[in-house]
Amino acid sequence: MSTTTATLPAFGLDDQDGNWRKFPSGRVALLAFVHEECPTCGMSMPLIEAAHRAFGSAIDVWAVGQDEAGNAALIERHALTGPMLDDSDLKVSFAYGFDTVPTVILADGEGAELARFVGFGREDWRALFADLAARSGLPEPAIDWTSYADSRPGCGSKAVEPGIYERLVAESEGSPLRARRIEIAPDDDVAEFFYDQGLTDGLPVVPPTPERVLRMLGGTRRDAQEVVAVVPPNLAPVTIEKIAINAVLAGCRPEYLPVVIAAVEAMCTEEFNIHGVSATTMGATPLIIVNGPIRHRIGMNMRLGALGAGHRANASIGRAVRLVLRNIGGGKPGGTERSTLGNSMKYTACFAEWEERSPWAPLHVERGFAAEDSVVTLFAATGQSLMVDQTSRSGRQLAGSFGLRLEGVYHPRGHSGGDVFVTVSPEHVDTLWRDGYTKEALRNRIQEITSRPIRDLLADAESGAGVPPGRFPDGELDRLLPKFASTANINIVVAGADAGKFSMIFDGWASGAIGSMPTSRKIEEV
Amino acid sequence: MTTPRPGTVVLDPTDEREPIRRQLAPRPEHIQGTIGLLDISKPRGNVLLDQIEQRLHERYPAVEVKRYRKPTFAKPAPEDLRRQIAEECGFVIEALAD
Repeated sequence: MSTTTATLPAFGLDDQDGNWRKFPSGRVALLAFVHEECPTCGMSMPLIEAAHRAFGSAIDVWAVGQDEAGNAALIERHALTGPMLDDSDLKVSFAYGFDTVPTVILADGEGAELARFVGFGREDWRALFADLAARSGLPEPAIDWTSYADSRPGCGSKAVEPGIYERLVAESEGSPLRARRIEIAPDDDVAEFFYDQGLTDGLPVVPPTPERVLRMLGGTRRDAQEVVAVVPPNLAPVTIEKIAINAVLAGCRPEYLPVVIAAVEAMCTEEFNIHGVSATTMGATPLIIVNGPIRHRIGMNMRLGALGAGHRANASIGRAVRLVLRNIGGGKPGGTERSTLGNSMKYTACFAEWEERSPWAPLHVERGFAAEDSVVTLFAATGQSLMVDQTSRSGRQLAGSFGLRLEGVYHPRGHSGGDVFVTVSPEHVDTLWRDGYTKEALRNRIQEITSRPIRDLLADAESGAGVPPGRFPDGELDRLLPKFASTANINIVVAGADAGKFSMIFDGWASGAIGSMPTSRKIEEV
Repeated sequence: MTTPRPGTVVLDPTDEREPIRRQLAPRPEHIQGTIGLLDISKPRGNVLLDQIEQRLHERYPAVEVKRYRKPTFAKPAPEDLRRQIAEECGFVIEALAD
């Protein structure tokens, strides 16, 4: 800090002719900060021009304008011949710290402040002209002072406008943060504030203070202002910073952030179709599966209780993605989110595959990534239910059980549409693998077991669900229809505790190009 | 005057398309200084405000009352008027009426 507080910040700016004007210049200077939209500034312009014409040979009389187009308009409107400096990035205005234009400052040749007034004051200007005449030894110009009002208040400086001020503060501090700052009134309860503003999923959130968000941004190497995706349904661009803010809300640690970012990227693709996933009355939501080395580095749960609850990484990553959808994309229940019943996975649904416990190729490798890549995969899930088989001792029996169990996905008579995501427990995978069941063999067996003659799938008096009678000619009714259109619609991973002969079935939503396709994105290496 | 306590500063988690809803200004503990009465130019707003001004004088003789008027009820108060009220008053009562 300088001890001579009256010394004004030094600066250099271009004037309208491209001349670089440096302050202080060694000459006495009159700085008039103006903004074209301000009528009081307009009223002052003829006096600034008069001062330049009368004293410009001895004194720097500079208007400093706050936006480029406005400066040009002022020059034309008032036929200015004096320098109009371009402060459209507002750095000088911000450094000078005033909040009203016009602000008129007289300074000596070394940049020490001699006088200052704000707004328009006829007597201020008269005194200023007298002072300039005395300092320069030049005669005062003839001004018809009676044509000027006594005084007129100024207008807000552009540098203190909401949004602009925050950016200038952040830039001056070298901060990467650009998000709007909200000061929660001291009489308000911080937790209640987030509920009142509609910014939570119904559970309390961690307040995203600048300090916490900066810490969160430490979890990625990517630029805070990089636009990562355009989030449906509002098609709002989302930056790394905005994802970080929502990750703070959700309770993430900084090292989880790359997973959240990759999941948001995957969610906002055409193939995943989060708009439809979110809007459907069926109640779908992204089920997030994490593969690769990052699982260990950030301590994801893939074992006991992997599907919840009680584990921070799993819980908060899934929640952060949902909060981005809600807060950035605007997907809120009752708005674009139209789920009939909703489901508890809409709070959070994220886990990791226990690759080391599985004899099968992990999900990301099946989907074309290298084993050492860290990858997030999203699946549009509508519901989850348990597959219980504690007694099958052969792989064939257990694979048959999976088939029988999957018959119930959506509806037992619903065949040849949709996707399913199966999380096979360690005990179950041991039984399957012992008898040589690969993932593909399991899928084939599921299709075999679930294949039914179309005749058995017809809607009838017992249930109106099923194949509408008449859709297929009678000659085709004995044709077998498997549960899924192809084995590719059956997604399989391994997770869960070593003990327990239970696996989890996640029903999908509309499948393929008309609905949502499972979507993977590589997670940034940090 | 009570010293204003600092609020908690948080960063906006939304896409910032909509303004954050206004929050309550801190409530002073005592009525003192100047109260502004703002007539929004709806019919008979002045009648209501005359009554309020009279009551205020009775209950708070030390308090100064200033009257203001919006040019039209159909538009927000002009910036100059808002600034003037904010500069001159510690409190403001806005009257609707009809």
